[in-house]
Amino acid sequence: MAKRLPKKDVVIIGLGWTGSVMANELTDEGLEVMAIERGPWRDAPTDFPPSYMQDELRYRVRHELFLRPDQLTFSFRNKVDQTALPIRSWGAFMPPNGVGGGGVHWNAEMWRFLPSDFVLKTHLTERYGASFLPEDMTIQDWGITYDELEPFYDRFEYLCGTSGTAGNLNGKIQPGGNPFEGPRARPYPTPAQAQPFGHTLFGKAAQDLGYKPFPQPSGNLSQAYTNPLGLKMGPCTYCGFCEWFGCSNYSKASPQTTILPYLVRKPNFSARDNSEVIKINVDKSGTRATGVTFVDSSGVEWEQPADLVVLAAYTMFNVQLLLHSKIGKPYDPIANTGVVGRNYTHQTISSVNGFFDNKKYNFNPFIASGAIGMCIDEFNGDNFDHGPHGFVGGGYMGQVQTGARPIESTLVPPGTPKWGAAWKTAVKENYLSTVKPGTGVHGSFYAYRDVYLDLDPTYSDRFGRPLMRITMDLKENEVKQNKFLTDKFAEIIKAMGADKLGIQYRTAPYDISTYQTTHLNGGAIMGTAPTTSALNRYMQSWDVSNLFVLGASAFPQNPGYNPTLTVGALAYWAAKAIRDKYLKSPGRLVDA
Amino acid sequence: MDKKDSGRLYFHRRELLIGAAYLMLGLSKAHATIIVDHLPWTPNAGNPPTAALPGSWVFFTRDEGRAMEAIADRIIPPDPQTPGGKESGSAIFIDRQLAGPYGRQDGLYVRPPFMKGTKSQGYQSEKGPAQEYREGLAALDLACKAKFDGKAFADLSDQDKDAVLKGLESAEFKLDGTDGKAFFDMAIKDVQMGFFADPIYGGNRDMVAWKMIGYPGSRYNYLDWVNRHNERFPLPPVSMTGRAEWTPQTR
Repeated sequence: MAKRLPKKDVVIIGLGWTGSVMANELTDEGLEVMAIERGPWRDAPTDFPPSYMQDELRYRVRHELFLRPDQLTFSFRNKVDQTALPIRSWGAFMPPNGVGGGGVHWNAEMWRFLPSDFVLKTHLTERYGASFLPEDMTIQDWGITYDELEPFYDRFEYLCGTSGTAGNLNGKIQPGGNPFEGPRARPYPTPAQAQPFGHTLFGKAAQDLGYKPFPQPSGNLSQAYTNPLGLKMGPCTYCGFCEWFGCSNYSKASPQTTILPYLVRKPNFSARDNSEVIKINVDKSGTRATGVTFVDSSGVEWEQPADLVVLAAYTMFNVQLLLHSKIGKPYDPIANTGVVGRNYTHQTISSVNGFFDNKKYNFNPFIASGAIGMCIDEFNGDNFDHGPHGFVGGGYMGQVQTGARPIESTLVPPGTPKWGAAWKTAVKENYLSTVKPGTGVHGSFYAYRDVYLDLDPTYSDRFGRPLMRITMDLKENEVKQNKFLTDKFAEIIKAMGADKLGIQYRTAPYDISTYQTTHLNGGAIMGTAPTTSALNRYMQSWDVSNLFVLGASAFPQNPGYNPTLTVGALAYWAAKAIRDKYLKSPGRLVDA
Repeated sequence: MDKKDSGRLYFHRRELLIGAAYLMLGLSKAHATIIVDHLPWTPNAGNPPTAALPGSWVFFTRDEGRAMEAIADRIIPPDPQTPGGKESGSAIFIDRQLAGPYGRQDGLYVRPPFMKGTKSQGYQSEKGPAQEYREGLAALDLACKAKFDGKAFADLSDQDKDAVLKGLESAEFKLDGTDGKAFFDMAIKDVQMGFFADPIYGGNRDMVAWKMIGYPGSRYNYLDWVNRHNERFPLPPVSMTGRAEWTPQTR
């Protein structure tokens, strides 16, 4: 029997980016806020100090900062008629754990989505006709527009100190920026980061081919910055240890560097770490949350009652907690009914490595940051005419190499043996003169009727609850998209002067064992109707009006960009709706 | 892990009045804490890496260690400039990894049932790396002894060793009861990983691999170099244990 704690105004599940944003906004409103975080408190001095943070084996290969599968994992299959098996060791994505969430160990790419991304179904249908879309594709509009979200994009960019070059200021295209971006009200808070040799070479080659390259917007800062909460960040030192690692230098935007030191001082805020919420409790009517039940790390079960519940965990844990709490109707792909688990998506990633003459080229590839790079956006979203190509979607591409940590970055040209003297010589000759863009082609992943999340019939977690089951495959539309984009990317790498190319297309089946990105999305999507979305446009549960669900689980499908800036902007958007509308008149903010 | 958490208890006065039940948190061997009023930061509460122990084998038997060193030296053969996998410590690296959390599959999901899946479903074996090595090395020596007049793998000529390893790679040389190709793929990955990981873990002795490729190691600041394009970075590598010249006893 759970021990009952005194009631709070608000309980927040998860203290990552969205939980921190929401906690800061709602404590400003005078509410008593308690955040409950499954993992430990983390910070630079204790968890990733400069004396031992640059440890590729510990943090990258052995997953030091991530959730452990024995705590919680998922089962996976490609197709509905297969038996799902558990993910025993992480591969395709890396679930976060602990205070700061993925914000601790991300690369800090700060992309806005395109205006057309938010009205995708309408836009594509108007331009190409409904029959142009694959029959089983279930893309839909978000229920919010770019213009509505713009002020909140701006807030998150300024919270983080984002370094970049504006491409569209109030409708005026700016030189050196991304000409395809939606209009922004003001420039980035700090100028773009410096670019190492390989990255500038990509920019030059792209320009020569007629594209409009621009620096990737970065949450690793080009200069010192004091954010609107008064927190100070230092300039990035280009050490090349961002993704998988924490930043020792207070240069990478994270809840730790941009919110938590300010938030924790507020008398109406408190947090619990190492405590896992296992259920959102609802009353008998099933329409009102009464709080949450959590288990601390000694196994003691507690009930935290609250008037308002904010679910702010990672995509997968949000959906799983809704399924375990029986909130919202689970999705059934056969009957095509229900919403929880529907429109689950990932990202379509590929790359092209370029091997250059080591007598002419020395890239010092270890000099980098996680969000450095020169990119082009000509082939993202609907920035080009898809008519002749027979697919929809796209992505940005660029030389976005994040470092050259030697376990993963000692590449050899295609055709080289995998071991022995020839391999050793090739490693030696190529390390400094190879361009390894990593997520060089960063493509969209649209939604399909038979790609979804539900509960597994066989495997269970340490509490005895069923694992959540992933059913996901790569569809013909995405394979075609990736082939088209990767070929375009290879042309640019070739034009940089590479002698040999290592081209890696993304092909079916979707593979759970090799890393792509941690950009999992959907399963509890926002939208305009309770029959096709779990949340309304304010990220409020259609079924339980005092429950808001933040994060990329709300994305109806995934555009060709990194998700975090949109995740942060949507958290501010939802917070404003709670502050301006919900608190004045608690209840449904949108009529069903 | 998490030794930093012991002794970390922070209570707001108001919370303290609510009940003694809170005191159970943090005092147990679990580490759930309540954070209020200030960041939970304790001086000297870091969690530095655990260095590989010097000395003899921890996981491997003597025969397994010999075989592993022989494999490591063919995957990364010595040359006049750079030592091979044996001398640079890759077998020591694998031994210490298999004796530690990696070998024990700490943190992985190891609940049954174990079923054979598709390649896209990832690793599904019940064995784990420690047992895979134990079985693989034994099967390799057995197969070599059968084929080469009772000689174990380590006793073969370099030419014969390479022929055996190429046979494993192409799945033409079979091992009894073990997937020889999967075993060798794992050995390639781990030997090369030990070669490029920080020397604190037992391989890459004296940062020989980093010197070979021109990686400057665990440096932290390239601000002066980010705009110097196509120039060779001039400084020698450093590791988490410093530089060999500074700390010879720690390699």
